[in-house]
This record gives sequence, structure tokens and C-alpha cells, in this order.
Amino acid sequence: MTVVPTGHHVYPGRGGPGSPRLLAGLAGRHTGGRQVGLHEHERLFGPLPLPLPPERRGGNGASEQRAASRLIDLVERSGLTGRGGAGFPAGRKLRSVAAGRGKAVVVANGSEGEPASHKDRLLLRRAPHLVLDGISLAAFAVGATEAYLVVHGDDGRLVASLLGAVQARKVAGLDQVAINVVGIEHRYVASEQTAIVQWINGGPGLPTFAPPRTHERGVGGRPTAVNNVETLAHIALIARYGSDWFRQAGTPDAPGTALATVTGAITRPGVYEIELGTPIGDLVMRAGGPTEYPQAVLVGGYFGTWLPADVARQARLSGSALRSVRAAMGAGILVVLPESSCGLAETARVVRYLANQGAGQCGPCVFGLPALAKALAALVYRGGSGDGVDQIASLIPLIERRGACRHPDGATQLAASALTAFRDDARMHDLYGPCSGVRRPSLLPIPGAGLAR
Amino acid sequence: MFWRPQTVAASYSGSGVGTVSERLRVNPIACTAHGMCAELLPEFIALDPWGYPIVPDEPVPDDLRGLAARAVAVCPALALMITKGTAEGR
Amino acid sequence: MNHVAAGVLAGGLLPSGLTHGPFLWYATRAAGLITLILLTASMMLGILNAGRFGTPRWPRFLVQGLHRNLSLLALTFLALHVGTTVIDTYTSIGLSAAFVPFSSPYKRFWLGLGAIACDLLLTLVITSLVRQRIGYRQWRLVHWAGYLCWPVAIAHGLGTGSDRGTSWVLALTATCIAAVLGSVVYRAVRAIPARGPAR
Repeated sequence: MTVVPTGHHVYPGRGGPGSPRLLAGLAGRHTGGRQVGLHEHERLFGPLPLPLPPERRGGNGASEQRAASRLIDLVERSGLTGRGGAGFPAGRKLRSVAAGRGKAVVVANGSEGEPASHKDRLLLRRAPHLVLDGISLAAFAVGATEAYLVVHGDDGRLVASLLGAVQARKVAGLDQVAINVVGIEHRYVASEQTAIVQWINGGPGLPTFAPPRTHERGVGGRPTAVNNVETLAHIALIARYGSDWFRQAGTPDAPGTALATVTGAITRPGVYEIELGTPIGDLVMRAGGPTEYPQAVLVGGYFGTWLPADVARQARLSGSALRSVRAAMGAGILVVLPESSCGLAETARVVRYLANQGAGQCGPCVFGLPALAKALAALVYRGGSGDGVDQIASLIPLIERRGACRHPDGATQLAASALTAFRDDARMHDLYGPCSGVRRPSLLPIPGAGLAR
Repeated sequence: MFWRPQTVAASYSGSGVGTVSERLRVNPIACTAHGMCAELLPEFIALDPWGYPIVPDEPVPDDLRGLAARAVAVCPALALMITKGTAEGR
Repeated sequence: MNHVAAGVLAGGLLPSGLTHGPFLWYATRAAGLITLILLTASMMLGILNAGRFGTPRWPRFLVQGLHRNLSLLALTFLALHVGTTVIDTYTSIGLSAAFVPFSSPYKRFWLGLGAIACDLLLTLVITSLVRQRIGYRQWRLVHWAGYLCWPVAIAHGLGTGSDRGTSWVLALTATCIAAVLGSVVYRAVRAIPARGPAR
């Protein structure tokens, strides 16, 4: 079930079930590269399938509502799930927002807080019109009057190129709802859904306490659909080619394709479009294979799970398949850890990063994550106390599920999975001290760390 | 007295009359670890090593309901709340 | 209700010795001093509570509960203090003077301070009773007025009281001031942020 490399320009569907979809027309799997402009975008995929507004058609609002409902049906039938990490059914989210009280708002989350993920940046840099199409379609489906595309504000080039793309569409009269490109600050928690909504509302980019939920009351107190940009890009294609086409790839319970960022000890790191259900081993080979004998694979990013190499090789990349090995897709992030590195050291660094990146709002996270980071660092770099693992294990239930957002849960999840996947290593550290792997350069990127330990 | 603790409507509210289960929930952003809730309800709420309450997700026992209402009213940060019905998913 | 009507009413309710003699004057002073003591105690407890004071014998909810109940008791004695003043026909102080600052011709300024303290105390108590309805932020904003209410009450007591020269009243007032100042020092030393774990 492998997909042909993205070097070919292939029109989706014409090349058959194995051809790239989102990444059609993109040579290369990195963000540096030319952008697919509006004309080429329309040549590759066809025009934006939005019905003209009533004033231009001479129709009334009712037929537009029916068309919007049909679009939501289409997305629901396609089985598309969110590609931002939560994996929530996209059609269901659109439906609940459309049914909400008040004029809806669409927010596209392209802020990609995960340092080890590059797929959203790739889409926004090189295929922005897919995302912008998706935003327009989602806005139409929920009857939104406002739309926002959220990216990291300090990436000036990206913001400029997106503004250019929006302008080109404005000239062509494509989008019925104006798309506002919004820059947020580059903090891990700022990419969280409620943090983005609060930022757009004029507050700080920090998560808020759950009730009310975003799809009921979000931006300006209105029902807000927050979707990852990749999800919206899929919607752009589903609206054109239908749900049956979407389901031609993937598996019945995990249909379609997804973008996966593969990094670590790998020959050709980058972003790959895969069919859901692809075994991780196949994807690793497609990326040129590991550069060293692999020890484990981090699946799902910094809130994800470590899978030992033998488990990872067979594990299929879909929600249900990964759940059976107690992992999750997350935002499609895979990092291959070689034998010579220490998975616990990598975990300790990431947890320290996450501890520094908290919003600073909830006590259990503000105090618990640094304590967890300290305990991990003590086990990894000092060790020998015999109770290091127990200390870490006792901290985890004090931290998880006790914050307002999922930030502490992600860190504890990573720490717990490290203790499981590297159980023998942990015991060795606990009894005898550090291994040689702790001195290897770090594999998992830590923004702003400079020379990491 | 004559005021009532504020309640939050649960996403899945218990149906109909009879004893509706009550759950305590803490707003972790508002909570500043005063610890009064744990003083009033030591059988139900414990404090973590940093002074913040660990509020279980189970229904409040009937004999503690009065104290639970009082804990909600007395919290200096108004961080504690009662939700009615079944457990709220995140 | 002007003083004449009050006098008539009092004349009907109380034996004449009580409305014309020094009894009401003593009652007003006593009620006022007790109010001051209660306010001071409540103020101390409130400040201690903000400083997270708590021991096994004085748990937090006790400090908070006493703060609340003493405030309500202070309000009761304040009512007595105001009532006896209004009924007393020796001075022509009407009921409105208790709530509208500087509206009484008798000792206009010092009495006005009393009215201010009374209004503030009422505001504090009422907003605290409906705290869960108005939300934490609004309630906290208003509750800072406590730091204004108490000194104004002290000033009112010193300025209005005709016995302010008496040594025991001065000693009492000084004790109250020292007690509150001590609490403030305790609170400052504890250095607990108003909100948030690490902000």
C-alpha cells in the first residue's frame, strides 16, 4: 500500500489509487521550494466547487443551506478525521458548529506547535490554495461570516506568501468570506485550540478552562470550527472528487491519506503523504530506511508514544491500529531513534522543554512538570539511586488530567511510554548510572535550546 | 444562607427526577491552592505535594453533599464547582 | 426620618429618661466601639486569610468563617449604633446622615466619614453574600474597599467620639490599629501572590 514518490506531477485520481493527492504537483518533500500558484492549483485540481452566492445566481438562501448541508454530508461520509492530533471526525465537528447558535466562525490552525512536525508548514508554504479552498468550503458549510488562518507570527516570509495567495484569490473573486491571516506567538501552548480562540478574541494566547466548548462559543462567543490546515486541505479535495474517491485510499475505518513527518536517524527525512493503514516499517523504507539500526520510533510527536522498533515495524498508521499498541497518530510525526542514542535522554530533554513551555496557569502543571523533568534528568544523567523509576512513576498520576488543557497530559504520556519502551534501559540507569547514549547529540528538536546537552 | 452554589450544566445531564449525581470539579486556572476544600472534605479531596486539590471524578457521597456545597461557596478563588449528571468528557 | 419624628417615635417607645438622658449617648458610644472592635477583628482575619494563615487549631475555613460571621455581627452592632444615634433627640442627626456622607449639620465631616464607612461595609457584605453570582474578579475588585472602610471607621471614631480624650478609648483604638498593622506585616512577609501559581 505504498504511495509513489512525490516527484511526479500526477493529477489525483488519474494516476490511480497510489498517486499523491495533497502533495500532487509538489516535487520534493521539504518546505523550501516553489509555491503552487492559483492558476496551477486550478489546473491540477480543478476549480473551487463552491456554488455562487445567491445574489449572483438569482436563487434564495434555502438552496444554499441545502448545498451546505450536502457538503457536510459528504465530509461525514468520507470518514475524514482531524489531522491536527485529536482525530475528531471532521464532518461531525462541522455539523455541530453549523447547528450552533449564532453566526459561525472558521479558524484554520496552521501554527504547528510541534517542533518535530513540518507538514503544516509544507502545505502552507507550497500548496496554500488547497488550505484556502478548504477554509472557504468549511465557511460555506457552517454558514460562517468570518474566517481566520492562524500561523506563527514570526515567520514573516510565510505570512507574506499567504497574504499574497489570499490577495490573488480576492482578485479572482473566489472566497465569499474574507480570510484573515493571523500571526500568533511561537509558544507550544499557543497552538492549542482554546488558546488560539482566546488570542483572536483579543486575550492572551493561553488555554482556557473547558466550558463552554469552542464549537458552541468560541471567537466572539460564536460557534467556532477550529480545524488543522491539513484537514481543510482534504476537504478541498473531497468537495471536488467526492467521498468515494477519498475512501479509495486507506482502510475502511481509517480512510484517506495523511501527511507524515519522518525525521531522526533516517536517510531521507521530510514530509510524506501516506495512505492510512500503512505499516510504519514501509514508510521508513520509503524514506530511504534508517541510517543506523533503529531502537525505537516516536509516534505522534512530543505528546506521543515510544514504540520499540520491532513493534513499530509492523504497526499500521491508523487510529485504531495504533490504539491497539497504546499509541496514537497525533499529528503524523515519526522520529526514528537509533540504537546508539538514549531514548530516556531524549525524553528527559523534551519533558524539560515542555515544562518550560507551559502556560503557567495551573498549579499541577507549573509545579508537576518541572518536578517530572528533574526526576527524569536525575535518572538519565545521574542514576544509580535505585528508586529513580519509582519517583517518576509516582509523579505521573499527580500531573495528568489535572490541568486546563492537554499540555501536562502529553508530557506525562511521553514519560510513561518512555518508561515502558525503554524499561530495561531505565533499570540499568537506575542501578548503574548513565549509558553512553546520553552524550549523543539530541535527535528531537528543542527550539531555543542552542547547544542541547 | 439564602444563596445557592453555582452549578454548571453538564454536557450529558442526568435524565429526570430523583437523585441526580453530583460531581465536584475544580477549575485549575482559577485555583490558587488555598486548600479550604480539602479542609472541609478531607474524605473526598486530597492535596497534592504542591498544595493543589486532587478532586476525584466520582459522584459526591450523599452525606457529604452539604459540605460540598459549602466548599464551593467558601473557596476563596471560586474555583470549585458542582456539575450535575454524568461525568463530563474533556 | 428627621430628628423630630425620631424623637416622637422614641418618646412613644422608650421611657422619657432614656430618650433624654445620657443612656442613648452611652449606647451609641458602646455600640460604636463594639462595632470598631468587631471590624478590627474581621479585618485581621481577612488579612490573615489572604496570607493563607492556618494551623491545626485554626483551620483555613475557620478563619474564613469567623471573618464572615464577625462582619455580619459588626453590621448588627452598626445598626444599633446608627439606631441609637438617630433616636437620640439630644443631637439632630437623621437616618439619612448614616448613609449620605456629609449631610448632617452636626459634626459634618467626622459623621460623614462614618457614613462612608457604613456604605462601604454594606457594599462589602452584600457583594460577598452574592459572590458566586457576580464572579470572582468583580468581587475581588470591590473587596479591596475593605482597606478603605476600616481606617475611615477609625477616623470617624476618633473624630466624632466626644470621649476621644479618654485614655482607655485611645488605648483601645491604638490596640486596634496595632493589630491590623501587625496583620498587614504578616501578610506582606508571607508574600503570597494574589493569583496564579507562578505569575
